[in-house]
Amino acid sequence: MNKSSGPHEENNRAIEELLSNARDLRWTVGDDIHDQLLKNIYEQAADISDKVVRHDGKKRYDWDQKLDRFLTGRWTGLPMMLILLSLVFWITIVGSNYPSAMLSGLLIDSLHPLLKNFFSGFLPAWMSGLLIDGMYLTSAWVVAVMLPPMAIFFPLFTLLEDFGYLPRIAFNLDGLFRKAGAHGKQALTMTMGYGCNAAGVVATRIIDSPRERLIAIITNNFSLCNGRWPTQILIASLFIGAVAPPALSGIVAAGAVIAVALLGIFFTFITSWGLSKTILRGEASAFSLELPPYRPPRFWQTLYTSLIDRTAIVLWRAVIFAMPAGAVIWLISNITVGDLSLAEWFIRALDPLGGLVGLNGVILLAFIVAIPANEIVIPSILMLTVLSLNLHGMGTGAGVLFEPDSLNSYMQLFHQANWTLLTAVNLMLFSLLHNPCSTTIYTIYKETGSWKWTMVSTFLPLALGFIVIFFVTQWARIAF
Amino acid sequence: MNPNCESCAVHNSNHLRRLGLDMGSFDYMVALAGNPNTGKSTVFNALTGLKQHTGNWPGKTVTRAEGGFAYGDKRFKLVDLPGTYSLLSTSVDEEVARDFILFGRPDVTVIVADATRLERNLNLTLQILKITRRAVLALNLIDEARRHGVSIDDRALSRELGIPVVPMAARQGDGVDALLKMIHEVATGSYVCRPRQVKNKNRKLERAVQKLVEQIHALYPVLPNADWLALRLLEGDERIIGAFRNGTISELTRGEALQTPAVEKVYE
Repeated sequence: MNKSSGPHEENNRAIEELLSNARDLRWTVGDDIHDQLLKNIYEQAADISDKVVRHDGKKRYDWDQKLDRFLTGRWTGLPMMLILLSLVFWITIVGSNYPSAMLSGLLIDSLHPLLKNFFSGFLPAWMSGLLIDGMYLTSAWVVAVMLPPMAIFFPLFTLLEDFGYLPRIAFNLDGLFRKAGAHGKQALTMTMGYGCNAAGVVATRIIDSPRERLIAIITNNFSLCNGRWPTQILIASLFIGAVAPPALSGIVAAGAVIAVALLGIFFTFITSWGLSKTILRGEASAFSLELPPYRPPRFWQTLYTSLIDRTAIVLWRAVIFAMPAGAVIWLISNITVGDLSLAEWFIRALDPLGGLVGLNGVILLAFIVAIPANEIVIPSILMLTVLSLNLHGMGTGAGVLFEPDSLNSYMQLFHQANWTLLTAVNLMLFSLLHNPCSTTIYTIYKETGSWKWTMVSTFLPLALGFIVIFFVTQWARIAF
Repeated sequence: MNPNCESCAVHNSNHLRRLGLDMGSFDYMVALAGNPNTGKSTVFNALTGLKQHTGNWPGKTVTRAEGGFAYGDKRFKLVDLPGTYSLLSTSVDEEVARDFILFGRPDVTVIVADATRLERNLNLTLQILKITRRAVLALNLIDEARRHGVSIDDRALSRELGIPVVPMAARQGDGVDALLKMIHEVATGSYVCRPRQVKNKNRKLERAVQKLVEQIHALYPVLPNADWLALRLLEGDERIIGAFRNGTISELTRGEALQTPAVEKVYE
């Protein structure tokens, strides 16, 4: 082993000499090498390009520019953005109603009792409970609640993306981000977050300055992700849409979802601004954003890839997390300590806090169970509500709760659990403002390499969430 | 399709076997670099048969995606790098791309360029050609350029750059055959690239670079990108300084002498 240490050391000496030489020479060449190199390269690129590129000189009808003047215009840009996004949500909400009801009828009302009867035949009661009432039912809820909105939302969003609209959103929001002391490209990572926050956090790599990158990472959780859109859409359709006359309920529900998404953008700005004025002080750096040409999306291929790749992958992830969560929920609901089940102990412990902020113990417990994946918040709430109302016979014939029309049956359940419009609003707000899922937390740690910033990114939104719903609740209780 | 095309030597797609994620053992490694939003992921999918999500916006890919394909009797591993405008500054995505081309030592680097914005894309191309000598320029979106009344003399461009240039419309699958052929030729060495080197006009800078290059070559006689490394040292690039200290640079000379016997001549 020691044989090579002689030449090795000599080598090291030579390297150190080279490096110190480089340091010395650095002073002789001036500090603008970087600019000189760039200039050199740019000149040569221009030179080559002049030699090989020919324009035919004909003036073409440039619909790209006309469209851009409209979609990124000073006065038309933001309203068009709202209109386009509202349209996407409205189609999603109206379109997913019927298939959701169908899936719920099939998987929960028909298949669940069948499975339960079949397996009770030869399995011990605890095992068929764990497998069917726990794991199967939660997964079935995930599919019924999430699949239809995802299968509509993703392709629509991907079509906008392939068309080239996302960088235009960034362009529209750039000025606002600059005012908040953040990087304009944060608009892009924020938009990525609408798909998945973990992906959004990774996407912040396009931001050069570490300060602005941290701001983008910490605030990415304010972009509603795949796992939270269905929660928003379901609760908005059930409670907010129901307040409006039937003809308008779809539009009102879509408006509520948009409002929550906009509130997320608002919190992104406020938090970015706050961070850049306090612990992450600094000026916004300049950058250039390329607006790619509009490209007609290839419709069928987009449909295929967004259904197969995005929808299936996200749904699969949700089911993977739902099964153990379902098992946990069933277990804590059926393991009794004293005269109460574990779940009821938890719910009772969390109820005072829940009451204070206008939620309840069940919802808070569901958010804890759903830390691995936001997708299972609603299924967990459903499971825990059913169990905490002691409706164990549900779906097995005795005390059938679920009508074939799924939305109504959810409503009945929530009303039995004393939900009000305020509970629904708070749930939507809390779903926007709470800790990121564990995948995102892990990704933040990997990207920042710092526990401190990981903790800030985890607890800052959670604290904000509690503050916001606390004040909303107090205000509502005084006002109404 | 014209029946003659099938028998023509250029039509090679029947020699292409898309291997998807199967990259177990490969003969050559190919890197896919280029500006953001030039269709790298589309080219990646066309070659590997994978369905990595593509999107019409810059910054879509920030991590490396890998896939495989077989062509002729050779197996290739393809690495899709994040799109960047340059390799000079130091955001994470630029570092990922630069480090891979430098330290990953791909056998061929395919530079995907947007034909409608050639000049800007050449900035990155010239920078890549300072780091690696085995490259192919995939001149993508040639259909879009044509629609905008832009035509490009790809042969002249190839002469200027010293590497093969393949006009493509990857979304339509046009040019994939020709690209495969060129990747194969460059990888096997039947096409020898003579990449254009950007000359420094600043005499002082040039002298400083020469001095360092001499020293670097005294240490590692067959290092292929010594003058680029010298420039990085002059700029005080911590990452490169570290690479010299921990021996990563000496790794770069491994097997280099065999492939490029003419290496000394380039720096005459």
